[in-house]
Amino acid sequence: MERIAGIINLDHEQDMLNELTYFRCGAAVPFGGRYRMIDFTVSNMTNSRIESIAVFARRKYRSLMDHLEQGKAWDLDRKRGGLFILPPDWNDPTDISKGDLQHYHNNIDFLRRTSADYILVSGSQHICNIDFQEVLKDHKEADADVTVIYKKVDEMMPEYQLAQKLNIGEGNRVEAIHNEHYNPNVYMEMFLIKKKVLQDLVEKAIAHGHSHFFRDAIKDQLPTIHVNAYEYKGAHALVNSLESYYRNSTNLLKSEEHDRLFKDDAPILTKVKNEAPSKYMHGSDVKNTLVANGCVVEGHVEDSILFRGVKVGKGAVIKNSVIMQRCEIADHAVLENVILDKDCTISEGRTLIGAPEKPFVVAKRKTM
Amino acid sequence: MKNKECVAMLLAGGQGTRLKSLTKELAKPAVFFGGKYRIIDFPLSNCTNSGIDTVGVLTQYEPLVLNHYLGIGSPWDLDRKYGGVSVLPPYMQAEGGGWYTGTANAIYRNLKFLHQYDPEHVLILSGDHIYTMDYSLMLDYHKEQNADATISVIEVPWEEASRFGIMNTEENGDIVEFDEKPAYPMSNLASMGVYIFKWEVLKEYLTADDAKPESSHDFGKDIIPALLQDEKKLKAYTFEGYWKDVGTVDSLWEANMDLLKETPDLDLNNSSWRIYSKNPNQPAQYLASTSSVRNALINEGCKIYGTVDTSILFYGVHVEEGAVVKDSVIMPNVKIGENVQIHRAIISEGSVIEDNSVIGDPTPGSEITLVAEEGSIMANSYAMTQ
Repeated sequence: MERIAGIINLDHEQDMLNELTYFRCGAAVPFGGRYRMIDFTVSNMTNSRIESIAVFARRKYRSLMDHLEQGKAWDLDRKRGGLFILPPDWNDPTDISKGDLQHYHNNIDFLRRTSADYILVSGSQHICNIDFQEVLKDHKEADADVTVIYKKVDEMMPEYQLAQKLNIGEGNRVEAIHNEHYNPNVYMEMFLIKKKVLQDLVEKAIAHGHSHFFRDAIKDQLPTIHVNAYEYKGAHALVNSLESYYRNSTNLLKSEEHDRLFKDDAPILTKVKNEAPSKYMHGSDVKNTLVANGCVVEGHVEDSILFRGVKVGKGAVIKNSVIMQRCEIADHAVLENVILDKDCTISEGRTLIGAPEKPFVVAKRKTM
Repeated sequence: MKNKECVAMLLAGGQGTRLKSLTKELAKPAVFFGGKYRIIDFPLSNCTNSGIDTVGVLTQYEPLVLNHYLGIGSPWDLDRKYGGVSVLPPYMQAEGGGWYTGTANAIYRNLKFLHQYDPEHVLILSGDHIYTMDYSLMLDYHKEQNADATISVIEVPWEEASRFGIMNTEENGDIVEFDEKPAYPMSNLASMGVYIFKWEVLKEYLTADDAKPESSHDFGKDIIPALLQDEKKLKAYTFEGYWKDVGTVDSLWEANMDLLKETPDLDLNNSSWRIYSKNPNQPAQYLASTSSVRNALINEGCKIYGTVDTSILFYGVHVEEGAVVKDSVIMPNVKIGENVQIHRAIISEGSVIEDNSVIGDPTPGSEITLVAEEGSIMANSYAMTQ
């Protein structure tokens, strides 16, 4: 078996989730009741037998590091390989690299040391459940230099505007990469490349004064390198705005979507919190809702997501909302179309109502 | 290496025959409890929360699941370089060997293990009880009193006292007599099966006991009486809080139901005294529009389309539409089909209950129905207490 090593490149990810990314990077945003965005990428990698993973972090990575620890939840606390969180600190006066190429350049030892022949590079905004070994198979069959992964979307949602799209020609060869709106082939910010090719391309890009590996070394070199397109067909969500975060969160309440993402044979793992099972008191009334452990529910909850350790008081009503870790909603409070970040407290009888297309967001640790 | 002040020895070899099919292929301490735990999580979490980082777990009966569950002790933070958790099955020596013949014999045969740490005190625990207890407070008391042995006791209702090992004490806490299941109890202080011994005293009495051919090599029956006879300093340490023996199907069911009280005596949500367990890392639980859930404790990975009332569901349980689960404990990965009725039952791990079957007797006070591990209840069938 040929080995793959992983790079999770967070360098270009903008913190566009407003209040949710004031204190953390996008990859550390809680999602799906008990996960963080990055859990999907890490779990997909470990499920695909990628056992050596580097995380290129640029900004606001405290909560990310806290969450990933040494990779214990994914069995990445290893002697060989494992998880490497690589913050952007370097003091090499001779270094001329720029942009995310700095990460590749300064962490070149990660590439040198890994015994893998292939490198899978991914961001954290595309939620999916993918087997990268299948991508490798396709990559080898195509005999390509690079294989990029895309999702053919049925409907043009607003979040795809910001995504890059692929023009795919004969033999699945990528002919152009662009931001044009009409194209349904959404590039998932994931590509597979032979380690040696990656090293050469990085070196060349730096020598030419480039600053963005994918744009400058792959997209702009399309005529000269063979870029193969791999179509991913499973559950998919792109989270790059509050609106897409909210809509894709509540999409998980559709059981088909949910089961396509959370598979028994390819589980999404996350840091364990040792919370007790959730408790539903007399008088609780919970419908169409995802609930993580450690919650105590006395009120009414509908079409919502409750993260770990949320308390919902008597007579409280929560609809179409995402309530993050350890929030306390006092008796008779009413929340509709609301996203509460961690540790928020909603006092008794308080009403917060957002618009269905624009949820009301409460930043971390606020008391209302 | 520095010696350890206190090493715990957890007796986990019992068969627990009164738990019937629940312990057919499982040691009693590995039996599931409370929606996500196994019984042994309680003493192990108590150890780690009490600052005791060295625990020997004595196994004998059906240890496979338990061994795998314990691993290197990481869920309880007992994966240590020096100390941590050690599984101690019976083993052969140059002069022979054999099974553990009693609780005292099990510890005696592992004196070598204790020697490695040269402890000052040894804490003896069992894997039969559900409780949260700070052993470090008991150890403080034991040291303050300069006792040879300290036995943790709990006040039980007088009418139940004859079911327990009863300690008769002086006002100052000195134990003067140990009465195993007395017909006419003189005290209502029951032994919790939690002992702290001075290491030197324990060693001496275990060695002496081993030489007695007539001894049953049991702490309650042999070691404690021998200490009393020699007028050693035995102290009773009174514990206040929730403590429950879960040795029978009924008591296991009751202890689970205790968690559903408005404010349970055992607080699983206490963040300063977490009960740790191995986590299967399943997705958040889903309660569908057709579900109706009240007075329940439900774990991750569950999918509820039917009705759950006054029940406890472990991870990965599916309850289909029209099904009713009431006054029951549903262990991991049980699949409950459409329109199934379950009342006053314990359903073991991995069971499949097919559509329209009826399980258990809803009459209050009736016997609890038990469905054995990976049991399969056929569609439209009827099952009650066996």
